[in-house]
This record gives sequence, C-alpha cells and structure tokens, in this order.
Amino acid sequence: MPQDLYILAILDGLSYAALLFLVALGMTLVFGVMNIVNMAHGSFYALGGYMAATLGLWATSQGLSPAWSLLILPLAAVIIGVVFGGLMETSLMQRIYSKDPILQLLVTFSAFMIFEDFQRLVWGTQPYFVSDIVNYLGTTEVLGITYTRYQLMLLPGVALAVFIALRSFLKFSSVGRQIIAVSHNREVSTALGINVKRISLFTFMVGSMLGALAGALASPTVSWVPGIGGEMIVLSFAVVATAGLGQIEGALVAAILIGLARSFAVYLMPEVEVLVPYLIMVLVLLFRPQGLFSVAQARRV
Amino acid sequence: MKMSLLSRSVIAATALAISALGMTGALAQSKPAELKVGITTFLSGPASVFGVPAKAAAELYIEQLNAAGGINGVKIVPTYIDEGVGADKLLSEYRRVVQETDTKVMLASISSGNCNIIAPVAEDLKVLNIMWDCGTEKVLEDKRYKYVVRTQANATTEMVATVLYLLKTKPDLKSIAVMNQDYAWGRDSWELFRNTLLALKPDVTISAELFPKFGATDYSTEISRLQALRPDVILSTSWGGDLDTFVRQAAQRGLMKTSLFVLPLAESSLERLGTTLPDGVIVGSRGDHYFLHPEHKTDAKLNNFVKKFKEKTGSYPIYSVYHMVQGLDGLVAGYNKAIKANKGQWPTPEQVAEAMRGMEFRGLTNTVKIREDGQGLEDQLLGITKKTAAYNFPTLEKIIVYPADLITTPVGQKSPEWVKTIKPELLNNPRIKQFN
Repeated sequence: MPQDLYILAILDGLSYAALLFLVALGMTLVFGVMNIVNMAHGSFYALGGYMAATLGLWATSQGLSPAWSLLILPLAAVIIGVVFGGLMETSLMQRIYSKDPILQLLVTFSAFMIFEDFQRLVWGTQPYFVSDIVNYLGTTEVLGITYTRYQLMLLPGVALAVFIALRSFLKFSSVGRQIIAVSHNREVSTALGINVKRISLFTFMVGSMLGALAGALASPTVSWVPGIGGEMIVLSFAVVATAGLGQIEGALVAAILIGLARSFAVYLMPEVEVLVPYLIMVLVLLFRPQGLFSVAQARRV
Repeated sequence: MKMSLLSRSVIAATALAISALGMTGALAQSKPAELKVGITTFLSGPASVFGVPAKAAAELYIEQLNAAGGINGVKIVPTYIDEGVGADKLLSEYRRVVQETDTKVMLASISSGNCNIIAPVAEDLKVLNIMWDCGTEKVLEDKRYKYVVRTQANATTEMVATVLYLLKTKPDLKSIAVMNQDYAWGRDSWELFRNTLLALKPDVTISAELFPKFGATDYSTEISRLQALRPDVILSTSWGGDLDTFVRQAAQRGLMKTSLFVLPLAESSLERLGTTLPDGVIVGSRGDHYFLHPEHKTDAKLNNFVKKFKEKTGSYPIYSVYHMVQGLDGLVAGYNKAIKANKGQWPTPEQVAEAMRGMEFRGLTNTVKIREDGQGLEDQLLGITKKTAAYNFPTLEKIIVYPADLITTPVGQKSPEWVKTIKPELLNNPRIKQFN
C-alpha cells in the first residue's frame, strides 16, 4: 500500500469515527448514569436525520441560504432530544430504572420498534435527503483526491467540540457534577439532596440529543430510509462495548479505532470491512470482558 | 360430561369445515364469485422503496381491471403480505393466506431470496405463483416447476444487456471497478456481469471489487480508493437508499467526473436523485419500462396509467410498478387463455400455469413471452442521463432496446456458464434497436 493511501485512509476513518463517536457518546452517557443499555438510541439517530431533512426542506422552500443548515442541524437534534427523549424518559424509563436488566432491554427495544413505525407513519418509506450544506461548503483536494470540506473538517470538528464541551461540563458545572454523583450511586445522591429524577431526565435528553445530532449531521450525505436506526444501534453498541460501558474517553478512542480499522480494511482487505468493528469488539472482550477502559467496579460517566 | 360435549362440538365443527373444504374443491371448475390473489411486497424495510409504489400500482390497476369487468366477469380481490418481516414469517403468512383464505393465485415476490424459498412451497401447495419482480436466474434454472412462472426478465438478461450497452458506449474501456451491496444480488449480478464482460472483452482489468455492507451509510473510504484507482468505469447494481447515498457522496466528491458510472437499477432512483445525478451516466431499468419509452410514449395505455399513478402517488412509475402491472396483465392473459382452452369453463390454477407457458402478453411496454420453463422474455432498455428543461430530474437519451431472446440463457442451460460463450457479434445484431 503506497504511503499516500495511509493518509487517505486516516482521513476517511476519522470522519467516519466522528459520527460513530457522537452516537456512542449518547449511549454510553445514558448507560453511565441510568445503568440501562438503551436499544432505542438508534431511533434518535434516525429521528434526528428525518427532522434535519424536514427542516432543511422547509428552509430551502423559504429560500434560506444553505449556511442556515449550520443552525438547523443542531436545532433538529435539540428538538428530537427534548421532545422524544423527554417523552421516553418520563413515560417509560422512569418506571424501569430498578427493574431487571432483561426487562429494561425488552422495554427499550419495544420503544425502538414503536419509533420505527412512527417514522414510517410520518415520513413514509421513500428516501429523504437535503444536501445543500455539503455543496455550499465545497471541496478540498488532498493528494489528488477530492474531499468535501463537510466530512473532512466539519464532522470531526463538531465531534471534538462536543467531546470537549461535555467533558468540561461534567467536570466544572454544578449539574455536571451532580450527574457524576448520580452515576456513582443513585441512593447516596438522593440522600445528598440531588434531585435524581431531574438529573436522569436531563441526562437522558442530552444522550438522545447526541444520537439525534449524529443523525442530523449524517443526513446531508446519506439518503435517509426506514430502518437506518437499527444499523446504528449495533455499531454504536460495538463501540460502547469495546470502550467499556459508560466510558466517555473510551468511546472516543474506540470510535477512532473502529473507524480507522474499517477504512484500512477497505484499502487492504475489502472483504472483511463489514466484519471489522465486530472483530475488534470480540478481540477486546475476549481479553478484557469489561472493555478497554473500564476499571473494575468503579463506574464513572 | 362437559368435556365430552365440548370435544363433540369440536369434532362436529371440524367435520363441517372439512366438508366445506371438499365442496369448494368439487366446485373449483365453476366460476367463482371472486378471484382471490395474494400479493407479497415490501411494506417495511429498505426495499419498501419498491414495495410501497408497487402496492399503490396494484391497487390502482386492480381497480381498473375490475371496473372493466375483471377476468371474464370475476373480480380480483387482493390480499397484501409484507415481505419485510423476514423469510420465515413471510413463509408462514404465505401458507396462512393460501390455506385459510382459500387463495389459489399468488404474486410473489420482490426479493430473490424470497422467490427461492417460496417457489417450492407454491409447488407443494399447488397454487399458481407468479414471480412478479425478483431477478434471480437460479430459481428457474436449477429446478423445473409446474406452478411457478415469472412475468419478467432475470438477472442474466439484465446484466448482459448492461454489458452490451456499456461496450457500445465506451468500446475502448480498459479498467472497471465494482461497488455492489454485500448480499446475494450484489454478488450474483457482478459474477454475471464480469463473466459477460470478460467473454466479450478479455483484456479489461478489474481494478477493485468492493462490497460494502447492505444498508451502509458512509462510502467515503470506498470513494477515496476509487478516486486513487481512477478506473474507466464504475459499476454499481445497488438500489434504493444505498444507491442514492453512494451517488450523492460520489457526486459531491467529483468521482462521477473522472469515471463513467454504470447503474443498471438507477431508473428507480432518477426522480428521487433529481439533479444530483449528473449527465452521462448509464442507467438501466430492469426491463424496457420507462415512461418516455421511445416506442410507447404516445401509447394510450402507458400514458393513461402513468398519469393516474402520478395523480395517486405524486411520482412517476418505477420499474417495480411496471413489474406489478405486468404480473397482473400476465395473470389476466393466462386466465383468458386457459378459459378459452377449457371451452369457456373456469380453469384450475394448474390449467392457468400450463396456459401461461408459451403465452405472449403485454404489460405497459413491449410484449413479454413466457417460455416453457416459466421464464419471461422481457426486453431491456438502457440509456444515458441528460438533464432537460421539461423535467426536474434527468431523463434518458441514446436509448437502446435489446430483444430479450438474444440475451437470455436458453432453456436447460445455466447462466454463469452460458454468458461465457457470448460472442462479440451479438453487439451488432440488427434486431437491437437504437433510438436518439
């Protein structure tokens, strides 16, 4: 493999990892605080994309400049996170926090299926896409290969910004510290006067928002079709499991690892591309069943 | 006492049900009040981009047929089954519709995988099964069926036509790369395409064979690799959201400027992709259906249907829609032929299946002939995209229509071997019709 191609593979891997990281981040955050693997997380990814496409179509019909997408995409994520995340937390999640993990899985999985049908009901079965922003930002040449600036700079940039913002939010803000406290022990946090119910709702909304943000950011380059959320659950679960459930830095590293491995596979052994994320997951879990970054027992956000 | 009363009534009910069954069996020859037809189509999952428009077409066309008196006065009553539920569940639904609602005619299915599992079951249940959209050539080449027919072409016909069109458009091509979905169709269509291409032009280099996951959403690595390789031609038999996504990402990154794209299923994406699809892309339609078909664009039947379909759904028909209409037209033609052969009596499904072999009928475009092995001979239309002022999506120019019998594996032979024997003379066959 010529040296140039290494650079290309790294660039492709990073832009893929960026989206993967955002989805996995939401999932791992929710797990860290509530101790629930939310199978419906992929639905937020799908809903975020649909909402972004709908808002984008509306903006185009109003004759707004594509630059507005930079505002519309996060807006779509916030709407989905607050409305659907909020709805799911208050109506479903609150009832199952203390229940058996198997039941939790089943309940969130049924929520996933309900959301799937809801998407078909609202958006139908034909693919959606609004890609004005990608063309608006233009392309850049790297070693004779054309890249869109959107995937080369915007996606990794947003992912990195979100990571730093979330990290400092958890570390320095009062709400963030409460979240960490709840993730360590719900009962003790309640005894300390933290409104655990409110913190759970807030965390779940933020987690859903992150999933929706990844969907919104992916929507300008992907044709949005029914069933798109299912793919994402499996992949992001592979990232989260590789990193260790509840690990934020771990999710970043695992997403990059899987993203790079996948893009190198396309160059070197295209046949195994599909397998790569799961191979990595299996390898890691064989030797470290708790994931790469989990420290046994002490769970952190 | 109570138990035995219950069990006695169960026995009585069963006996009644059995005698009722026997009666319908005995009366099968007399004209029924209605003809029940089961139709499998994707109403969920990614392939619903084909299945949902096809269902709309079935509703529209059956209404039209019934308004015109149905089949010899018998109205068609459809039951729809979702193919998106997975093979096992589909099969039990299929059996349920056949056995519980006494349906003797089925139109199944879109997915080749589903056709492969349904064909033997149809044979077992003795129901007429019209394979109305699936493309796998293997199902009718590997086994002979009595009750199973196909009202459209198979993958071989489609891929050979595509190779011929490619060699006509770019006779000097030196390298080709493929990017297909990683499942049966993606793999099988490439095998047929590659064998045909190498038989006609042995010196072509295959630069890359990429099979990303079915339903993949990010092709940037594949696109970078293709840009680095710069093959003359890039083939993709992908469809639906996968094809749309690939085309968009490739167009956004200028890949479509450096390589000639060959997209044999893109007729079904033209309207959705709109202006994203550049000029100069080779597009196929899995048949000769196209609303601007050069030989039929002024035809009343085609125009009338296109207009009604557009009113109902807001879109132009795509190939699955034409295939649905073709399946229904084939069914009607088969019944009419069987009724005639049966001296005006209502035929059994077996007689219809028999009558359909050797029959010629017309859907919305060119006539289709059904061979003795049940395989339909459906002509193939390909063209090159060109944006015009008349539509807000590209239409096809430089259309060529290939007669199906020239490019379909003869009865009794296997496609992967037969395509290797195709000779370059086929390229200049005078029956191939070129339009502008």
